Amino acid sequence: MRQAQVEQQGRGRIEDRRTDFPALQQMIHGHSLVYLDSAASSQMPGSVIETIARYQRNDHANVHRGVHTLSHRATDAYEGARDKVRNFVNAASRSEVIFTSGTTESINLVAQSYCRPLLRAGDSVLISHLEHHSNIVPWQLLCEQTAAELRVVPIDEQGQLDMPALARMFDEKVRMVAVAHVSNALGTINPVREIIALARQRDVPVLLDGAQGVPHMAIDVQELDCDFYAFSGHKMYAPTGVGVLYGRESLLDAMPPYQGGGDMILEVSFTGTTYNELPYKFEAGTPNISGVIGLGAAIDYLQSIGMLAIARHEKALLAYLMDELQKISGIRLIGTAPHKASVQSFMLDNIHPHDLGTILDHQGIAIRTGHHCAMPVMQHFAVPGTARASLGLYNNRDDIDRLVAALHQAKQIFS
Amino acid sequence: MSAVHTHEADDLRELYRELILDHARSPRHFGKLDAATHTARGINPLCGDRLQLFLQLDQAERIAAASFEGSGCAISVASASLLTDSVIGMSATEALELFTAFTAQLCDQQDVAVVIPRLGKLQALSGVREFPARVKCATLAWHALESAISQRSATATTE
Repeated sequence: MRQAQVEQQGRGRIEDRRTDFPALQQMIHGHSLVYLDSAASSQMPGSVIETIARYQRNDHANVHRGVHTLSHRATDAYEGARDKVRNFVNAASRSEVIFTSGTTESINLVAQSYCRPLLRAGDSVLISHLEHHSNIVPWQLLCEQTAAELRVVPIDEQGQLDMPALARMFDEKVRMVAVAHVSNALGTINPVREIIALARQRDVPVLLDGAQGVPHMAIDVQELDCDFYAFSGHKMYAPTGVGVLYGRESLLDAMPPYQGGGDMILEVSFTGTTYNELPYKFEAGTPNISGVIGLGAAIDYLQSIGMLAIARHEKALLAYLMDELQKISGIRLIGTAPHKASVQSFMLDNIHPHDLGTILDHQGIAIRTGHHCAMPVMQHFAVPGTARASLGLYNNRDDIDRLVAALHQAKQIFS
Repeated sequence: MSAVHTHEADDLRELYRELILDHARSPRHFGKLDAATHTARGINPLCGDRLQLFLQLDQAERIAAASFEGSGCAISVASASLLTDSVIGMSATEALELFTAFTAQLCDQQDVAVVIPRLGKLQALSGVREFPARVKCATLAWHALESAISQRSATATTE
């Protein structure tokens, strides 16, 4: 019902959104830029850039300190962005929205602040084979610190989680589950509701790495019933260096602070310190104020279009991309799960992804090449890396036609 | 086709010359060298390219044999292949001089005219100069060569 409301509010026509993005209005090597690397980092619309610039020009001061006008304006804008995030992911309370530097910090926070005091030797943390490094390494560190075991749910040839294996591995030793909502390298949308339902039966909390989820679909953390949801601004048309940890209030309340410093305290003396209430307990030091304000502006922009309209647009475009790629002889699609977000990895003949990347760049086409910070995924498919085209709301069929033409050129060079 | 397009296409042809593509498709001296006296790994953490270079130095410090194995893009494989072709028969000192000349060709804007005559077919890689993001691919094997000879470290990285 909430999604329908968001949809109703979104009146924007998605076809002409490309012009909202200043970075897309440029020539690269003599060609108009085709940006197919949004899963690495998306471009910002002019409204986000202008909001940040306006703040920097007129309103900048430290937040939650001082009684002067600028500090008041900065605080209002910063806290206003928190309300926007709360609404965007439908958290029950603004206390559940913690600003971080990004998905990576959000996950590390949960690993160290929630799990570390809890885990005993022999306990397990359950992750999957398709995780990004940011949802692997924090848990490896945690397991080293606590002598716990890291269990990795396997994936199949299409890049889907092996759910029967997950159910088998989910025994009483498992104390935490952390999985990607959407795989960055493969695009797979994981069956997170099923995973969460399984975890509920065992009373084990679930963290969703939502870095690739938030840009592509409407997120409702209450409806998902997840305990933690981590995401980054720069993959949802906001700046780098800002992200969010959503956490269930009862869990956050019981957790010790992650970092100590200013803003996370009520009272400090050398005999002891009283911590601030949520969410400030987890926001030590001066935060990334302009980044948070930019994130708020990005949410305004996304909601003006509507996440369902974006999802529909990207779904149709992904189908076109997959169809067109499959017409090229020698193409191998990597990540072919039926339920996918608009990300497609591929190999072409024996051409190394970096050579493809260079040839495409010379046609003004930006794709990601390499291991996508998901080396275990590359090992699973026995490739050193892949080429990856990822779509955002600003992409269109012309972009895909240009990609396909450039891939034919690459085949010619390497024939 | 505009002048810009032609120029850009020329750059691409300069990068992927026939000699480079040939060495990338059929790398010379590919495989482990059992009699190796010196070896070093080269890793480009940025893109995941990895290779291992093997050298067999005789008692006169002359490179009697060289080989490499690993995986990488056309530029890094061709560069490693051309490297092994070039250094066999050289003294260790000559190989280090070639390393300096080669990296100067790609990284240094100056003195290129002075060093190029000594590079021979390695000049085929000069097109990489126009592709700054790919210079590390071309120099990966060469940093491994330098590490292997000077035995400073078993792993050379481009970072």
